[in-house]
Amino acid sequence: MHSFCAVFKRELKSYFTTPVAYVFLVVFLFFSGYLTFKQGFFEIRQADMQAFFMNMPLLFVFMVPATSMRLWSEERRIGSIELLLTLPITVTQAVLGKFFAAWIFLVMALALTFPMIITVSFLGDPDVGLIITGYLGSVLMAGGFLAVGCFFSAVSKNQVISFVLSVVACAILVYAGLPSTLNYLSTFLPAGLVSAIGDMSLQSHFASIQKGVLEFKDLSYFVLLIIGWIAGCSFILDERKAS
Amino acid sequence: MISVNELRRNFGPIVAVNGVSFNVEKGEVLGLLGPNGAGKSTLMKMLACFQKPDSGTATICGYDIIEDPVEVRKSIGYLAENVPLYNEMTVGDFLNFVCDAREIKGKNRKQALDRIVPMCSVESVYHQTIETLSKGYKRRVGLAQTLIHDPDVLILDEPTDGLDPNQKHEVRELINNMSKDKCIIVSTHILEEVDAVCSRTIIIAKGEILVDSTPEKLKEEHQCGLDEIFRKITSTKAA
Repeated sequence: MHSFCAVFKRELKSYFTTPVAYVFLVVFLFFSGYLTFKQGFFEIRQADMQAFFMNMPLLFVFMVPATSMRLWSEERRIGSIELLLTLPITVTQAVLGKFFAAWIFLVMALALTFPMIITVSFLGDPDVGLIITGYLGSVLMAGGFLAVGCFFSAVSKNQVISFVLSVVACAILVYAGLPSTLNYLSTFLPAGLVSAIGDMSLQSHFASIQKGVLEFKDLSYFVLLIIGWIAGCSFILDERKAS
Repeated sequence: MISVNELRRNFGPIVAVNGVSFNVEKGEVLGLLGPNGAGKSTLMKMLACFQKPDSGTATICGYDIIEDPVEVRKSIGYLAENVPLYNEMTVGDFLNFVCDAREIKGKNRKQALDRIVPMCSVESVYHQTIETLSKGYKRRVGLAQTLIHDPDVLILDEPTDGLDPNQKHEVRELINNMSKDKCIIVSTHILEEVDAVCSRTIIIAKGEILVDSTPEKLKEEHQCGLDEIFRKITSTKAA
């Protein structure tokens, strides 16, 4: 446990000792606010955060890989992985330490969007439950994308390659489940396969949590997504750490 | 304390380490000599449980490198060839991170830091970011990381590479002072270093052990300097 904590602490601190955290926070907070108001937050005339959460998948497709790309690529490029993994730390502990540090960082970024809550509370009487599930869905989605990003960052020593691969993978996870994609796919694929693709996509699970429906299948989807990609990351890192 | 048994490692068609076996006891300083690409670093990486051997194994302080890698890493101090460090951290933060990872807490941590910081002469840069340090200081920080838990076994991959003559002398003094109650493996291709610190030397080339002897014996047998001996032995192998 102490090894996990050591990696976690170091990683979280390193976000704030480099400009990464500040650049990320400024860009994320700007766009999360900008997109919300641009897409008719006032015109809807409803005191809820629907417009805010609706943009989260799009924003996270780009922002989460930007946080995760350096996790292992950098470590392998400068060789510090040799230092890290010759300390009494197992690959799994190191992977989990870094993953949770990045996740907590993203949770912090989400927490900093609190002025949105103040705004809707000021304008009307929002449903608190919906706001909570909206944030829960966003946190889970961030974790899912982060696990994907973690995996691709272990794949390549080059941060740009890691970034591009993670963005593509995250985009597929989101866009495969959009109604327009599914409609198109249903023109030539059997209905069973199309609904399977829809279920495997992150979009429908995020949408239902965000609507306030907490179902076991949605929560387990995110948990499995995270565990699967993290396990893949540990495996690939164990194989390629010294190459 | 270290017992290496038929370690073998290939990289594709290249044989890096080819069935190497030897033992090192407490109080010995083993100099691993060899031309570039001889397999020294690969061998050391395998002993530090960073790289997995294709076959064979080794035990360090009674722990097997394949079955108990975490226990092995707890009992060794390993200085990698290019001394990788976390450049954005300060020296103090970095050493505290290593203490965290090695579970050195409270009073023990204070004692460890009070011992290691003057020992590796890093007091003056303790609050400085690692990326701003000179090569010599970076290597000292690397050494401090290696020695902070006072390990019984030290594996040092070219510890004096790139240092100026004064710093080289300091590092050799450090190794000599510790040699009595530790088991140390040093890799190098600087032959004067073998004379200065090693009580035993193994010459390897192309992944195989060519000579396992002491520097004195070697000089006696060949009646010439280590430089010449090294050239004779390794060039016959290359031919």
